[in-house]
Amino acid sequence: MNPLKGSLRPVAGFAGAAVLLFAVAPLALTDFRLGLLAKYLCTAMVAVGICLAWGRGGLLTLGQGVFFGLGGYAMAMHLKIADAGPGNLPDFMQLYGTATELPWWWRPFANPAFALAATVLLPMAVAALLGLFVFRRRVKGAYFAILSQALAAAFAIWLIGQQATTGGTNGLTDIQGFFGYDLDDPVNQRTVYFIIAAALLALIALARQLIHSRYGELLVAVRDSEERVRFLGYDPANVKLVAYVVAAGMAGLAGALFVPAVGIISPAMIGIVPSIEFVIGAAVGGRASLVGAVLGAIGVVWAKTALSEEFPAAWTYFQGLLFIVALAFLPGGLASLAGMLRRRRARQRKATVVAVGEAA
Amino acid sequence: MTVILGQTFTGISIGAVLLLIALGLSLTFGQMNVINMAHGEFIMAGAYTTYVLQKSISDAGMSLLVALPVAFLVSGALGALLEWLLIRRLYLRPLDTLLVTWGVSLMLQQLARDIFGAPNVQTRAPDWLTGNVTLIGGADPLTVANSRLFILGLAVAAVVALASTLRLTPLGRRIRAVVQNRDLAEVSGISTARVDRTAFFVGSGLAGIAGVALTLVGPIGPTMGTNVIIDAFLVIVVGGIGQLKGTVIVAFVLGVLQSVLEYSTTVSVAKVLVLVAIVAFLQWRPQGLYTLRTRSLV
Repeated sequence: MNPLKGSLRPVAGFAGAAVLLFAVAPLALTDFRLGLLAKYLCTAMVAVGICLAWGRGGLLTLGQGVFFGLGGYAMAMHLKIADAGPGNLPDFMQLYGTATELPWWWRPFANPAFALAATVLLPMAVAALLGLFVFRRRVKGAYFAILSQALAAAFAIWLIGQQATTGGTNGLTDIQGFFGYDLDDPVNQRTVYFIIAAALLALIALARQLIHSRYGELLVAVRDSEERVRFLGYDPANVKLVAYVVAAGMAGLAGALFVPAVGIISPAMIGIVPSIEFVIGAAVGGRASLVGAVLGAIGVVWAKTALSEEFPAAWTYFQGLLFIVALAFLPGGLASLAGMLRRRRARQRKATVVAVGEAA
Repeated sequence: MTVILGQTFTGISIGAVLLLIALGLSLTFGQMNVINMAHGEFIMAGAYTTYVLQKSISDAGMSLLVALPVAFLVSGALGALLEWLLIRRLYLRPLDTLLVTWGVSLMLQQLARDIFGAPNVQTRAPDWLTGNVTLIGGADPLTVANSRLFILGLAVAAVVALASTLRLTPLGRRIRAVVQNRDLAEVSGISTARVDRTAFFVGSGLAGIAGVALTLVGPIGPTMGTNVIIDAFLVIVVGGIGQLKGTVIVAFVLGVLQSVLEYSTTVSVAKVLVLVAIVAFLQWRPQGLYTLRTRSLV
């Protein structure tokens, strides 16, 4: 492959995706469909992080919902306070709670700058804390997966338990405004969509840079042979920690943007099941390929919305089957299909050449 | 004093349930390094077996006793089928196995929903399990439900049965050999594939027994497996794989810890604190409480 072609291809792909997201989709889709697409793109943002941590780093994080939720709740808390207006309590606190003023840990979220920073930094801090403890002691593989899943379970249960301050099972609902803009207005909904699309492209670009950097090489090396990397003088714990923390930040941003797009965040969206569903999309599309993971994530949530409304039972079977087939028989996901076909064709061509040569 | 004893005993009975669930996992996880997320649904299968048997055998006590071996066979057969269809193809990819079996668990849950309906169902406890036993009499009595004692007895019996199978029978010897060194066992003439399938059958069967036990303390529903499986996996992570004693000790310790923390805080805060305690514990023993000594780097 000539070098120019190699460097132009991602740029062309990126430009194509930008045209699709910013020009084609808003023109072709109704407001309702565009809102759904915004939701799907949030899932894709989580998938970018999963591609980095799991596909490239081999860290099966079954708890991305926690980071998605932290980002979402941080954003929703600010928006609820803003909706209630100065001096008032958010509606659900007046309903369930006995508190007459905001709990102390809600108060900083009244500040928009703090809340915005927290949507990304809070998940990253939690991931750094858990990752530091877990990776330093070389807890890995399945053990790490279980711990990350337990974190998702514990977080969801904790949220449900604190009904007076977190809205419990209902979550934070009925969010009206987004930094002063009314979310009922379709124009503002469109703006939210554009912000989400831009954020997704930015995250993809960031992840691509990371993957193609020296660090990206090191990450794959840690995935494939951790001990060898250790003997070469690197500390695999740090390498893994960076991937995990970046993935958490991406999930946090996704959660934060999910809130204005959908208007609600609740424990049902961040517990064990949604956390695994984030992984499914990336697995089906191709965990190690950014394009595969993103398209897979969008495709799977799209299929879920389209099928589960009409055939909820059939969808569950289909989802399970999809998962089994993708992981057991196509570990590289759909993204690896093209490469497999290309290799097969090349092999056939070679076989033909050999056969022709023998005949002559 | 009675409060402390009471909480401890509640903890022990939580631990007994955890132990029953984790016992099968420790076998399948320890044996093949396979994380079977569908284990929870094998528990569910055991519970629904009890429910169906009670429909056909009207005597509650009789049906419960019949359910124990039948549930063992039903869940065990499901496990062997799963091993034969999927898991044996994935031995070198444990993380993928985790996700594949999660797909299986989704489908089994939906199957249960289609057969038995989404709402929870309940079984009747036999008369000899409905009462209480008074351990300490007097003004401030300490009573324990019969069903809890039955589960504790069942858990102890299961541990004894499994431990003696592993220690005394030829099958147990083969299983231990494969756990300790798969390649060496293979070249010594042990059919590791067959041992794997048998171990998976027994481990899944134990999930069925746990399912029977769970019908005594809660409702039977399609999601009952998911609710307990994470805690059971944590028991394995903390206990270490390859040996039963870690599982036994940790199940009871986590049970008591959960119960005491629930008493002094709330259920939801207790869950978080237990997780924090586990992560802290893994700083000290990253491979779990007991682990097989090997010379490998990992």
